[in-house]
Amino acid sequence: MDFNDTPEEAKFREAARAWLAANAPKHEAYSQEDFLKAAKAWQLEKYNAGWACLRWPVEYGGRGASAAEAAIFAEEEAKYSLPTGPFTIGQGMAAPTLMAYATDEQKKRYLPKLASGEEIWCQLFSEPAGGSDLAALRTRSVRDGDDWVINGQKIWTSGAHYSDFGILVTRSDPNVPKHKGLTYFFLSMKSPGVDVKPIKQISGQSGFNEVYFTDVRIPDAQRLGEVGQGWTVSLTTLMNERAAIGGGGGLGFDTAYALAKELEIDGKPAIADRAVREQLADWYCKESGLQFTRARTQSALSRGETPGPENSIGKYVGAKKTQDIASFCMELIGMAGVCMDKDLAALGGLLPQSYLGAPGGRIAGGTDEIMLNIIAERVLGLPQDIRVDKGIPFNEVPTGN
Amino acid sequence: MNFEFSEEQNMLRDQAVSFLKDKSPLSVARKILEGNEPYDKALWKDITDLGWTATTIPEKYNGLGLSHLELCVLAEELGRALTPVPFSSSLYLATEAILAFGTDAQKEAWLGKLAQGQVIGTAAVAEGPGEFSPTKVGASVKANRLSGTKIMVPDGDIADFAVVVAGGDAGLSLFLVDLNQPGVTRTSVATIDPSRSHANLAFKDAEAEPLGKAGEGASLLSQLFDRAAVLFAFEQVGGAEAAMNQAREYALGRYAFGRPIAGFQAIKHKLARMYVAIQLARSNCYYGAWALSSGAPELPVAAATARVSASQAYRECAEENIQVHGGMGFTWEFDCHLFYRRAKLLAVNLGGESTWKNRLISSIESDRAA
Ligand SMILES: Cc1cc2nc3c(=O)[nH]c(=O)nc-3n(C[C@H](O)[C@H](O)[C@H](O)COP(=O)(O)OP(=O)(O)OC[C@H]3O[C@@H](n4cnc5c(N)ncnc54)[C@H](O)[C@@H]3O)c2cc1C
Repeated sequence: MDFNDTPEEAKFREAARAWLAANAPKHEAYSQEDFLKAAKAWQLEKYNAGWACLRWPVEYGGRGASAAEAAIFAEEEAKYSLPTGPFTIGQGMAAPTLMAYATDEQKKRYLPKLASGEEIWCQLFSEPAGGSDLAALRTRSVRDGDDWVINGQKIWTSGAHYSDFGILVTRSDPNVPKHKGLTYFFLSMKSPGVDVKPIKQISGQSGFNEVYFTDVRIPDAQRLGEVGQGWTVSLTTLMNERAAIGGGGGLGFDTAYALAKELEIDGKPAIADRAVREQLADWYCKESGLQFTRARTQSALSRGETPGPENSIGKYVGAKKTQDIASFCMELIGMAGVCMDKDLAALGGLLPQSYLGAPGGRIAGGTDEIMLNIIAERVLGLPQDIRVDKGIPFNEVPTGN
Repeated sequence: MNFEFSEEQNMLRDQAVSFLKDKSPLSVARKILEGNEPYDKALWKDITDLGWTATTIPEKYNGLGLSHLELCVLAEELGRALTPVPFSSSLYLATEAILAFGTDAQKEAWLGKLAQGQVIGTAAVAEGPGEFSPTKVGASVKANRLSGTKIMVPDGDIADFAVVVAGGDAGLSLFLVDLNQPGVTRTSVATIDPSRSHANLAFKDAEAEPLGKAGEGASLLSQLFDRAAVLFAFEQVGGAEAAMNQAREYALGRYAFGRPIAGFQAIKHKLARMYVAIQLARSNCYYGAWALSSGAPELPVAAATARVSASQAYRECAEENIQVHGGMGFTWEFDCHLFYRRAKLLAVNLGGESTWKNRLISSIESDRAA
């Protein structure tokens, strides 16, 4: 057990640190309005210097680095507040699916532009009738010559309004059981018949959208995987999704700790209060538990092993922790804790913003309940839930609201 | 970075697993729990013959000179098997204290015997109910003679010597005290987990020899507890995982409403949450193991983190294991209560969850102030 970098890793970290120190700070200041521009500028800066999508092969815009190196760079990059969000889906979920299923030509065309941040991708999976039960989706694809014709509706599509391309799962055959009748594509979001309508979220912002498809034509060449194999292809995306968003992130111990030192309870610093200390310790243990679970995964990767299922806990633990910390900190501040006026609120309103954003973390990318089901079934080998739709042709399955 | 146990360490684990499977099934813990013996003497002899008690003791004292990582591996497996022997007292407390603070002469006197299992050691700290506080220690040493009482000393009825916290001429200090002398009276006490014995100790002018720097008792004890906490945490993770596995096995075999109860989401999610708690604790334990074995300055934070999350995981797994078993879980006959008892015993042995949470924040505060 050696928690220190190997000499090569240390050299790599040194180089990453030096480059970040020279280049990252000027990308830290940006406003909500020019978030996208700022994100693209930072991504391009990384790409030009060879620090984008490190594990990807050089010909696709990466640098063929090891898993350990990629992890080191991510760790160092996370020390800055940089705008990277818009690329999570494209680089973290669409790209691995393209690597596995696209043709060489397609990979050469799309991956480098994903790496440079020139093109942004979104994930057109969830539908009004298919969220947790993704395979219950209804958006239809019908073959017509060399094309497919798509009709239906997606929902909760993050970033659809600024995306250039999307990965899309559709129902190509409603006459077979639900998992068997799906087909997977990618398409340009500028295709005629694609209509993006923003949805206003709890926070008041519109990060996600409804996307309507009316007779949208997709060339068969943009199909990923075989006809009817869309579920298998989707699983590649979903596995990578859990890795991409599994890091936890969000509001953390440090914020709560700093506040507890600054604010008072009973005329003494809140940090002196035993209940506050216990609460803080609990979050510290969760954070460090997640951090070292990632470290275990990384060492499995650097030994060339497939990581075990430990990482499946990241999003589940991290999302709720963020929600709890936001809630606790607002109460620590007291009556002013709910103030969202930018100029008056503590930390510029970060806490209520996190509080309002946190429920999304517990839903997006698989709800808490679905994550527990996954751990129970895939890790602990417990029986699947009873499925009344099992083996029944999709068009005979009962539906609700 | 390599954040896993090595191949050799995992081989040691395999050996430990098969030895304990053979010699320390849960029926052995139960035998001690139900009987009058304080520990399983034959098993303890086997364990000392295997050299486990010699693990971290340097070769010049007839030890194996292995690292604390090996000891962590053994701790986890002993915790999993609920093995009823004085391993934690003799190794995590007594041996650690002498290794860390002993003079050459003290090491010469004790380590060889500890390695070979000729003596059993322990630590005597608490004197009454409530969180331990260095300012409230009544036991005191004058002219190398100790008087006072210590309560709930793990293996206090069988140990040959104890590391005792007491006031001295220079203030609070640690002392080595032979427990087989006339000035020591031992009274066995019933505890929630009779598979591990405890005793109250009364000292009257008992001979005591200083261990470590005089007057530094609070700091030395704190260092000792940091070291022990990592090892206790490994035992706790082992126990937690065993309890989870027991719940899983039972849930798969028990049918209700025409199907295995393992198929009900309330049960599935319970088991999944046990798994989550264990993973968090295990990862924190690995960090603790690294800090302990490499002498890293991060040890106080790493130890407290491992300790808190391991106590949490064991509590959750032991409690929910009974719940998953329904009425069977509440019987004497089923083994669920063995884990439930041990979980609480280990949780309070070094001071409870709240104490360690408090320590954790204190360590973070002093790190960040530096
Ligand atoms: C911020 C945000 C961003 C998102 N971005 C995207 C995106 O970019 N692309 C995309 O395709 N989707 C996206 N989603 C959608 C997300 O994947 C779904 O919302 C999620 O999978 C849940 O589906 P649902 O909303 O239909 O809820 P439902 O599936 O209707 O769930 C409702 C409740 O029922 C519970 N439930 C459902 N099934 C089970 C079960 N089997 N066992 C136990 N409980 C169950 C759920 O846990 C939940 O509590 C996003 C969602 C959010 C909140």
